[in-house]
Amino acid sequence: MALFTVEHLTYCYTHNPVLQDISVSFEPGMITALLGPNGSGKTTLLKLIVGLYRPQRGRVLLEGHPVLSISPKQLARRIAYVPQSHRLSFGYRVLDVVMMGRIPHKPFFFRYTDKDEQAALDALKRLSILHLKERPYTKISGGERQMVLIARALTQGADIFIMDEPANGLDYGNQIRLLACIADLADSGYTFIKTTHFPDHALWISDRVVMLKEGKIIGDGPTTEVINRASLYDTYNTHVDVIELNDGGRICVPEELHPVNDHKKVAVVF
Amino acid sequence: MKKSIFILIIVLGLTVLISMCMGKYPVSARDLVYFIKQHIFGQRPFNDPQQYDILKNILINIRLPRIIAAILIGAALSVSGATFQSMFINPLVSPGLLGVLAGASFGAALGMTLAKSWIMVQVGAFIFGLIAVAAALGLSMLNKNDRLLMLILGGIISSALFTSLLSVIKYLADPYDQLPAIVYWLMGSISAVDNATVFFLCGPIAVGIFILLFLSGYLNVLSMGDEEARSLGVNVLFLRSCFILLATIISAFTVVLGGMIGWVGLLIPHVARMIVGPDNRILLPVSALVGAIYLLIADDMARLLFSVEIPIGIITSLIGIPFFAFLLHRAKKGWN
Repeated sequence: MALFTVEHLTYCYTHNPVLQDISVSFEPGMITALLGPNGSGKTTLLKLIVGLYRPQRGRVLLEGHPVLSISPKQLARRIAYVPQSHRLSFGYRVLDVVMMGRIPHKPFFFRYTDKDEQAALDALKRLSILHLKERPYTKISGGERQMVLIARALTQGADIFIMDEPANGLDYGNQIRLLACIADLADSGYTFIKTTHFPDHALWISDRVVMLKEGKIIGDGPTTEVINRASLYDTYNTHVDVIELNDGGRICVPEELHPVNDHKKVAVVF
Repeated sequence: MKKSIFILIIVLGLTVLISMCMGKYPVSARDLVYFIKQHIFGQRPFNDPQQYDILKNILINIRLPRIIAAILIGAALSVSGATFQSMFINPLVSPGLLGVLAGASFGAALGMTLAKSWIMVQVGAFIFGLIAVAAALGLSMLNKNDRLLMLILGGIISSALFTSLLSVIKYLADPYDQLPAIVYWLMGSISAVDNATVFFLCGPIAVGIFILLFLSGYLNVLSMGDEEARSLGVNVLFLRSCFILLATIISAFTVVLGGMIGWVGLLIPHVARMIVGPDNRILLPVSALVGAIYLLIADDMARLLFSVEIPIGIITSLIGIPFFAFLLHRAKKGWN
């Protein structure tokens, strides 16, 4: 059974629909990437999936139950959401931020116990960022902060991670480390649905790609089938060659910057 | 962290004992100990039995209610200020943000001119404090784009409205009798506080403070942003309403007790943040204790500095303003 079923979803912020009659389903244990230009409705779709918005038409089902009928606490035990624009407020300790993931498991009036702290420490350890635990989370790098938010999602006990452009604003090395961490967690059974602006990121780690444009799905399927020259042109209105490497991996090369005359023959890239 | 709370409780206890001794009729430490022995433990240490009755009148009937009022007002204003600062992620926010203090001043002035009874002044202050906040919340609903910003704007408008209405009352009030009463009340003072009011209000204020302390963990989560808080299973709208309601009610009660006592709710949370950092689970209790100590000392100064008692609001403002300048200097390094 599909994990999420999205049925005929329509959503408008004002009058113009951001998403129009979207139907799609997401399978467990996979990394799904949502690709699309700015304003295509990727973020809106994620927010509808996690139950933050109420659609004008259609519905989202989590294992057959409408997400809007599930209490926020119940939902938080299954789904962890990492928004794109994380607002930095006060310099709480990293450990305290990660421990917030225990809230869905606590009563209304709560105090953190040693068990909660242990869960947070375990999550930090699992992502090899235990050394950050005493640092103010406003004073660590963007890459470290994304890892902290993933640690919080692990502490939450969620098995579904919804991430909005997780690699946004990270330096190259941190982008790769973050993607490797996501791939690693997906191998141990976690489900990821994330948006990205980089088709390369999808090619590196995603099992499946859903392409959005102007609030409609224009491509859906295994990554290698969906990401190609034609679909990238449809989506981004620019010519991009998708080149296969010797080992079967694929990368994108923008034609405007680096013309590849016979891309099928290219096998080694330096 | 636990240690700072423990130390502050001891400091508060000592300040209470010292405040008990100080006054126009000084009570020596020995007499205080004797009095406590007799009053609580039933012993009879005094040579002169009349001494006990005199001390009982001074300590229990005159000084204790005032000390309790100062502690409650200081703690309530500071916790309420800390709650608002954390919730709005804004260092310049104070309990008066949503108009509660302006509304309460108007209500009290209205009570003084129309009803001319002390109880109506108190009821008026409380009710119009809540009405002003309701007006601010109503105004914030007009535009749904940025809820927090709209709340702040709604509060500014509501405050301005009730301040203008207060001016109308002042203009119409009898300049020989009512106007001085209004002006004096607006300066804030705990001198007029009576036992009945203190004992009637100490329960609700203490309960309000304790609920805020119990919920303080959620302030950390709310400051991460509404959507993130919700995705952590938190009922954002309900909790925000709880925080606004509780912080407003306890501030309105402080006005009922002691009039307008400015600057405490703005400054003390900053002091507490310097001591223990931004984690609201520890920041709120520390704010409450520091605020209680501060207001108790300020009230002692109001009682003792001059031969005539001066309004405590003047003391808190005079100390507050240089401290505010210091905060601005510090803000360059980041307040959070």
